[in-house]
Amino acid sequence: MNIINFYKYRITAFIFSFLLILFSVFLFIKDNLNLGIDFKGGILIEANFSTPPSLSDLREKLIGISVGNVEIQEFGSPENILIRIEKNSEKKEEQNALINNIKNELPSEIDYRRIEFVGPKVGKELQIMGIKAVLFSLIAMFSYIWFRFSGWQFGLGALVALFHDVLSTIGFFSLTQIEFNLASIAAILTIAGYSINDTVVVFDRIRENLAKKESPFSELLNLSINQTLSRTLMTSLTTLLALLALYIFGGEVVRGFVSAMMWGVLIGTYSSIFIASPLIALLGFKIIKQDQ
Amino acid sequence: MLSLSKWRIFFVCLVCISGIYFLYPNFFNKTEVTALPDYFSKKQVNLGLDLQGGSHLLLEVDTKSVLKEKSEYLVDDIRSALRKQKIKYSNLGSKLSGAVVTITDKEKIDLARRSIRENIEKGIQIDTQQNKLNLSFSDEYIIDSNIKTVDQSIEVVRKRVDESGTKEPVIQKQGEKRIIVQLPGIKDPERIRSLIGRTAKLNFHLLDPTTVELAQQRGKLPPGTFRVSNADPTAYEKEFLVKKRILLTGDNLVNAAATVDPQSGKYVVAFEFDRKGGKKFAKITTENVYQRLAILLDSKVISAPQIREPITGGQGNISGNFSPETANDLAVLLRAGSLPAPIEVLEERTVGPSLGLDSIEAGKKALVVGFVLIILFMIFRYRIFGLIADFAIIFNIILLVSLLSLIEATLTMPGIAGIVLTVGMAVDANVLVFERIKEELRSGRSIMNSIDLGYKFALKTILDANFTTLIAALLLYNYGSGPIKGFAVTLSIGIVTSMFTALILTKLIVSLWVVKLKPSRLFLT
Repeated sequence: MNIINFYKYRITAFIFSFLLILFSVFLFIKDNLNLGIDFKGGILIEANFSTPPSLSDLREKLIGISVGNVEIQEFGSPENILIRIEKNSEKKEEQNALINNIKNELPSEIDYRRIEFVGPKVGKELQIMGIKAVLFSLIAMFSYIWFRFSGWQFGLGALVALFHDVLSTIGFFSLTQIEFNLASIAAILTIAGYSINDTVVVFDRIRENLAKKESPFSELLNLSINQTLSRTLMTSLTTLLALLALYIFGGEVVRGFVSAMMWGVLIGTYSSIFIASPLIALLGFKIIKQDQ
Repeated sequence: MLSLSKWRIFFVCLVCISGIYFLYPNFFNKTEVTALPDYFSKKQVNLGLDLQGGSHLLLEVDTKSVLKEKSEYLVDDIRSALRKQKIKYSNLGSKLSGAVVTITDKEKIDLARRSIRENIEKGIQIDTQQNKLNLSFSDEYIIDSNIKTVDQSIEVVRKRVDESGTKEPVIQKQGEKRIIVQLPGIKDPERIRSLIGRTAKLNFHLLDPTTVELAQQRGKLPPGTFRVSNADPTAYEKEFLVKKRILLTGDNLVNAAATVDPQSGKYVVAFEFDRKGGKKFAKITTENVYQRLAILLDSKVISAPQIREPITGGQGNISGNFSPETANDLAVLLRAGSLPAPIEVLEERTVGPSLGLDSIEAGKKALVVGFVLIILFMIFRYRIFGLIADFAIIFNIILLVSLLSLIEATLTMPGIAGIVLTVGMAVDANVLVFERIKEELRSGRSIMNSIDLGYKFALKTILDANFTTLIAALLLYNYGSGPIKGFAVTLSIGIVTSMFTALILTKLIVSLWVVKLKPSRLFLT
């Protein structure tokens, strides 16, 4: 079997990842996330016109009647329009009236495919909930790995890889300006789950090899990564195939979620090979023979 | 050793057959399913509102307003208690949750305290600070009051939704003071929302003969009156001067219906009082003939008719500027009763039927295409083993959907994405096993031995790897809402079923193949 020396590239990989994270944080600070109404509060309307409307006319009309920030874009096809209105008013009657006003302003034969309204209170709550969900799951995975592999180096290696994946996915959302909503939180958690899955497979092999081979740790790491490599690539490929099908045929609503997942599968695969495993060595894991 | 015990075969077949049995009802629509013979399961996967179309509303009951109202009643109770005992007091007023009063007769503080105590409910605490009495609701009292308020609100909301003709609504409490309302397949969510969101307090007052303009010229309102705007802003009379005293409330109504008034040909809401209300109404209309009555709904005048003659039958009409819909809505509101507290719509998500259908179609297509791609890819890569893995994937979906039906889970669009993703990730367990078998073969072991060891070594890895994914899915379930929960459910169940199909089902098929046909090579390498 040809053994690829992944361990040799660790410094390059660390520098690359460091820059990637830096870039992600930079993008996040510069452009922020394109927060959807889930987190920001406001109104979202998906309307299907019988003929493609003029976006600038629509914008003018809607700015005339609403108080907040109006965003209008095509969604999937020129007839299908997504209207987002960010509004900070706490008055409940106004929200109700606003939706009615918008409807009055638009032609009557429109098919309203989606109308969503999230109040500012709920938006705040969902924000907190999303952050909690991501943080708690990272902590839970870290603890599980630490416990299962009886070495904090394993836990920390996995945790760093997870943060790497999550941060770069947030960078991906900043860069593409894909709407960041509840589904995006689901995407981040699935990516975390997927990436840790990959990492665990490699770690597992490292543990197994530790028990039966006498060789330097770096060699052992390399061997383990190589032994699991074809599985890692196969699973990434099949998952990407499923995602590709969802991306092409799954409709506009899930497209943002799916693109983030695709990025996550790539970055998760990369991080378990180039970040998580070499980190164990870097963190000073010493081979101590244990009774199995 | 490869085990081919009869029990194992029996167990695997049993699971697979039950899978098909519980999957089967999903091929029928709701009415067809009920017509199935009794020995069929009737449980189906429910379609989420994002797939079948409909409205999801999150409401919050303003429980504080009830406490505020109770505080105002408390002030009345204190006043009457002190007056009865002829105790002098000052600075009597309500707080957000309680009331305060200063007793000016310092010697009578104890008497005041006792007589107030007798006049008020049990859960109210009285603290004395020198000659000041501080009344506040106990925590238990507040909790109890809030529970009652929310429960009553749910009842009223349910009545209103039922009356509006929505089929199969789901109305449930969430947390302490929130209500979730799910309305499948409704076409006009704004109408339902305005129906649910209105407090619908109906009060009968008398109109003051002075007009608003006249009062403005004089610079002050007649005593005991207040200004109320017209519910119909386009009407000629924009504002009314209404006497403060409430003569009758909507609580005394027993029935209301939208009808056409034969004389004017316009829509009116006919109402009927209970006996007590009917008597009161008769008295009011007798004593105040030729005066104008003011009918207030949520502090706006909806109608101000002149009393032409005493109405003794306990029935009457509200004539406003009604369309058939608004007349009907008002009748629904009056029949269902008023909400004990205002309700705020915190969140609303409505999906039209066309998007729902498109999503189902898109989901099906994505599932089939993703499925076919993976099946072909697995055969290309692992030959016979690929075929066996494909068989496992098919059963994985069957078992996944059958388990979803068994718990009558709700399938959402993210849920479908979860299934497609599960298909992609489910092969992972198979891949782990196959790659391991390959490795063992390469290291020179026999076919039997390699298969045995392949499954054995892969098992540990698969358990660890899937457990971590399960952690993510469970946290997602715990923190997610609505559709996201659906994603978490399909993902978690998918992980569990994939372990069964990849570890137990394929192992049995591989074992059968190897033991019975004794192939000379596995075509894996």
